Amino acid sequence: MSAIYRNLLGGRSGLIGLAILAGLILLVLPALLDIFRLNLVGKYLTYAFGAVGLVLCWGYGGILSLGQGVFFGLGGYCMAMFLKLEASDPQSTAIQTTPGIPDFMDWNQITALPWFWEPFNNLGFTLLAVLVIPTVFAYLIGLAMFKRRVGGVYFAIITQVIAAIVTILIVGQQGYTGGINGITDLKTLGGWDIRTDSAKYILYYVNALLLFGCILIGRYITTSKFGRLLLAMRDKEDRVRFSGYDVADFKIFVFCVGALFSAIGGAMFTLQVGFMSPSFVGIVPSIEMVIYTAVGGRLSLLGAVYGTLLVNAGKTAFSESFPELWLFLMGGLFIAVVMFFPNGLAGIYEKYIQPHLSLRYFRKRTPNASPPAAPPPAAAKRSASSSGGLTPSALPGATGRVMKNQES
Amino acid sequence: MTNNDFMLSVEDLTVSFDGFKAVDALNLYVDRNELRVVIGPNGAGKTTLLDLICGKTKATAGSIRFKGKELTKLAEHDIVRSGVGRKFQNPSIYENLSVFENLEISFPRGRGVFGSLAFRRTPDVVERVQAVAEEIFLADHLDMEAGLLSHGQKQWLEIGMLLIQSPELLMLDEPVAGMSVKERELTAELLKRICLNRSVIVIEHDMDFVQRIAHKVTVLHQGKMLAEGSMEKVQADPRVIEVYLGH
Repeated sequence: MSAIYRNLLGGRSGLIGLAILAGLILLVLPALLDIFRLNLVGKYLTYAFGAVGLVLCWGYGGILSLGQGVFFGLGGYCMAMFLKLEASDPQSTAIQTTPGIPDFMDWNQITALPWFWEPFNNLGFTLLAVLVIPTVFAYLIGLAMFKRRVGGVYFAIITQVIAAIVTILIVGQQGYTGGINGITDLKTLGGWDIRTDSAKYILYYVNALLLFGCILIGRYITTSKFGRLLLAMRDKEDRVRFSGYDVADFKIFVFCVGALFSAIGGAMFTLQVGFMSPSFVGIVPSIEMVIYTAVGGRLSLLGAVYGTLLVNAGKTAFSESFPELWLFLMGGLFIAVVMFFPNGLAGIYEKYIQPHLSLRYFRKRTPNASPPAAPPPAAAKRSASSSGGLTPSALPGATGRVMKNQES
Repeated sequence: MTNNDFMLSVEDLTVSFDGFKAVDALNLYVDRNELRVVIGPNGAGKTTLLDLICGKTKATAGSIRFKGKELTKLAEHDIVRSGVGRKFQNPSIYENLSVFENLEISFPRGRGVFGSLAFRRTPDVVERVQAVAEEIFLADHLDMEAGLLSHGQKQWLEIGMLLIQSPELLMLDEPVAGMSVKERELTAELLKRICLNRSVIVIEHDMDFVQRIAHKVTVLHQGKMLAEGSMEKVQADPRVIEVYLGH
């Protein structure tokens, strides 16, 4: 029990942080926002899956992936394929040359459902595919890269190239993928209309709970020995290797976890937004996820969620009035965060807010006189000072420091 | 005596970097319970030799056998797991983790992905960490962030991170660099203690220190063995004096 409390919930402070975020997402936002805005928040939260995955990959593992959109997209497309097939029953597509296949196939002179679309008639297969296909893809990329010890900037560039390739592939294969428009006009999930307000509420909550599930998994990973090994690897890879660990295996695993999280987000995106298109797969959305993570604090799982919400709120507010300026602003924001707040919002919280809180907290409680039998899991005060400069070689997380409790 | 009776037998070991032979047809045999010191001028191939044994550099030719097992084809982590530990020239520790965590990470359990996820800090781990910390004079610093240790203490910590794995062959690259006189003495004691039941190879430049710890000394020069034997014998060797000690 105590192990669950400590490792999954992050102890007292971790639990408080989790409770605040849960209160915000599960109670406050639904109470304040109409369903249109809440649906928008739900959409943003699907990106947070990618950002949470990046905390593990990039923040802890030092693996900067600029291709998380690929996994987001794969998950989203798997879901969309099922929904599209359900929406393309022979009655609703009776005016097509070939009724019963998705409309975009008919427009592209395809007369039979391609073989790889067939299994997506089955919901069980689809849900499995959402989880398995992106993870296996990430595993193959990881195997090819990390076993050959490709890392750092090279890995970032390669993942970015993969994002570009996958986008081009989807756009180019219009008859099979819906091309640049993506897969649209999605209606029902197993007969349940996902376009109604009540469905949107339900999907919002399912999405939120899945996100908290991912955060808890992330907590478990970061507080386990695996998490400490990731940090150790980020700083002294050779020392870890020559302590008997196969470094590549650990990197592959954490990269797969990041991909899996992204894919869940992608599938939830399709369900909540009602379509999927290549514009959520390519380089821009992939880099945006990195920015969310950086703004939130790349060592903070909860911070990643706040970062995602804030940046997207800003995006919505600004891009309504100054659409051209937004990209520059976001670029500037990223540079500013990396230069001045390398640990993002979580870092600001730790540095300026938490000291005051814990001071009060300690005044009320008498300090524990007897130290615990085992030394505390982490030296209580880990220097928060971080050099933080973003030199090219230091880009994938060479400068970040361990944060106090990996919470907030 | 067959070669397999040695803990480590290196035979005809050669590595060439674009034609330059950093280690050239080297033969080296290390016994159990032996503390061997490798000396030689800069560029003699000392560090490269350790790199070859621990798998950091792949040999061009020749063999390295450890307890009769060929190491040249093994991956680095497999070499470590078969019982070879190596300390790097610059103390290589995890600066952001505490001394305790540094040692715990090196504890040889949960070395796979899922093993590390399931790893628990059980009493035997804590006990072992404390025992090793005692041995490396850091028992009072377990909670300290490792980056705050002095240079000498970092050297000890890295030695401790190897000791906790109970390796049968321990290779230390300049373990007393940056240490005070007092720390050197403690380290000499430490090395004498830990070479029981295992073999230790030390690279060192400090001749006083070498004299204090070495059972046998190997002198390398330009990738080849120049001399080998007791400290007295090596020191008296005119070739050794010419290329190394004379300076």
